[in-house]
Amino acid sequence: MNDESIRIFPLGDSALTVEFGNAISPELNRKAIALADHIEKNPFPGLVESVPAYASTTIFFDLLKVRRSFAEYPTAFEAVKKCVRDLIADLAVSPNIDPRLVEIPVAFDRKSDFDLGYIAEEHGLTIDEVIEIFKSKTYRVYMLGFLPGFSYMGEVDERIATPRKQTPRTLVPKGSIGIAGRQTGIYSLASPGGWQIIGRTEVEMFTPDAARPTYLQAGDEVRFVSV
Amino acid sequence: MSEFFWIGNTTSEGKELSLTIEKPGILTTIQDLGRTRYRRFGINPGGVMDRTAVRSINILLGNDENEAVLEMHFPAAQIQFGSDVIFALGGAEFGAELDGVPVETWRPVFAAANSRLSFGRKNSGSRTYLAVKGGFKLEHWLESASTNLAAVTGGFEGRKLMTGDRLEPRQSYEKPPRNIFHVRISPSLLPLYSSFPTVRIIAGAEFERLSAASQVLLKDQDFLISNASDRMGFRLLGEPISLAKPLELLSSAVDFGTIQLLPDGQLIVLMADHQTTGGYPRLAHVISRDLPLLAQLGANDKVAFHLVDATHAEELALEFERDLDLLRVGCQYNRR
Repeated sequence: MNDESIRIFPLGDSALTVEFGNAISPELNRKAIALADHIEKNPFPGLVESVPAYASTTIFFDLLKVRRSFAEYPTAFEAVKKCVRDLIADLAVSPNIDPRLVEIPVAFDRKSDFDLGYIAEEHGLTIDEVIEIFKSKTYRVYMLGFLPGFSYMGEVDERIATPRKQTPRTLVPKGSIGIAGRQTGIYSLASPGGWQIIGRTEVEMFTPDAARPTYLQAGDEVRFVSV
Repeated sequence: MSEFFWIGNTTSEGKELSLTIEKPGILTTIQDLGRTRYRRFGINPGGVMDRTAVRSINILLGNDENEAVLEMHFPAAQIQFGSDVIFALGGAEFGAELDGVPVETWRPVFAAANSRLSFGRKNSGSRTYLAVKGGFKLEHWLESASTNLAAVTGGFEGRKLMTGDRLEPRQSYEKPPRNIFHVRISPSLLPLYSSFPTVRIIAGAEFERLSAASQVLLKDQDFLISNASDRMGFRLLGEPISLAKPLELLSSAVDFGTIQLLPDGQLIVLMADHQTTGGYPRLAHVISRDLPLLAQLGANDKVAFHLVDATHAEELALEFERDLDLLRVGCQYNRR
């Protein structure tokens, strides 16, 4: 893979970010995940971790170890940038032919203080129509972030896309499913939050003591079904 | 590090090894240097706010630098030692007393069984650290003893310490027959702590997107730390800053020290418990060397920023690592 549009910049003195673009697209996201995985499998001396996001990968490194291992470079940033450029060059982005498909049962909040009614009203739809439109799509997990196990998924159908609430709730219950613009996500823990809440799942998104503590991972595909 | 001098017992003649929290203080948690390698699952690193203080006192005690410590805010905890312990305090100065006798920070202190450590006065700084020689027995979650309060896991039952909680030092230490307690971390090694520090930053990805006037505002004005500041982030109050043109960004990874621009024109500096990702413009990053200066600030303290280039930031970080190497050597020498 080689791409002139890739931008690499420091994120402080112990990390750098590789930006593949600034759009929510499965293609850019596949690049971000593929690079993160590729780096973890081929770590350079001093690598701490790599974090894929929507369209970028951030690489955290131990400044001292990098400088000791790459004395010929003027800075750790330059050394890591070179390692990353090499890894990008021989990166074969698999087209994600066989993503894991995960079905998540949801209890939709037909009658409650949450936001299904608001979304329906905003878009001139009935609550049932909002639910059907929401369930009709398969969503891609673009990234985890915000909370342990919180999944950023997309893309929500334009007909029900709704901006975040003006004033965030002080407490969104654990398991809540929300919409923010064309993103949807599951609150893995109870937390303050501004997404429009449409329902709740009983599936544990975050299990601290499990070998894999999060139920979903970047690259998964998700379908929501009514309980 | 090997033991040449201090005598460690695991049982100490059948005495139970313990350290009891008699008063919890406002926010006392177990932290180490943080939980790396799990950010991609949304699990933030957490860890101590002032890494320099903690690394220094751990080295002083001959501990692993990553050994877990108590992080305390003011009012701090009152602690009873159930067994003979050697400890060290670092970071903020909270007027520590051991059975009523003042104890200094940045040096090893012997606490006999049944002695009591208390903190009476907030002299300077916002976070003080207690490390015990040999460390505490703690279960690790994802390779770290740091408390993740949001996820209610890690550290001590995933929560702040409360009255009656008992921690277990791994070892008991007798008072050395020779006075070695003159060993002290030289002030020249320590950050120039202040309630109004100048903190060095490097430009972030969106710094150039600021209007020219706002670039100057970021560099030249003094910011007030708002009282809506905590271990997750410090909100800074100042004259509003704005981008030259509106900008929509996708969320991406952020770090301890990232300075983001909020929609209302104010700034937030992400601190130890920051979320793993964020979508606000990244104006700048506090350099690692100066993070401890920021970490010791609290509400109503002030801060100014000084822009340096990334190469200089790396040099400053390396310079500090060399200083820590000297401390390591010095601590070994003094122990013989």
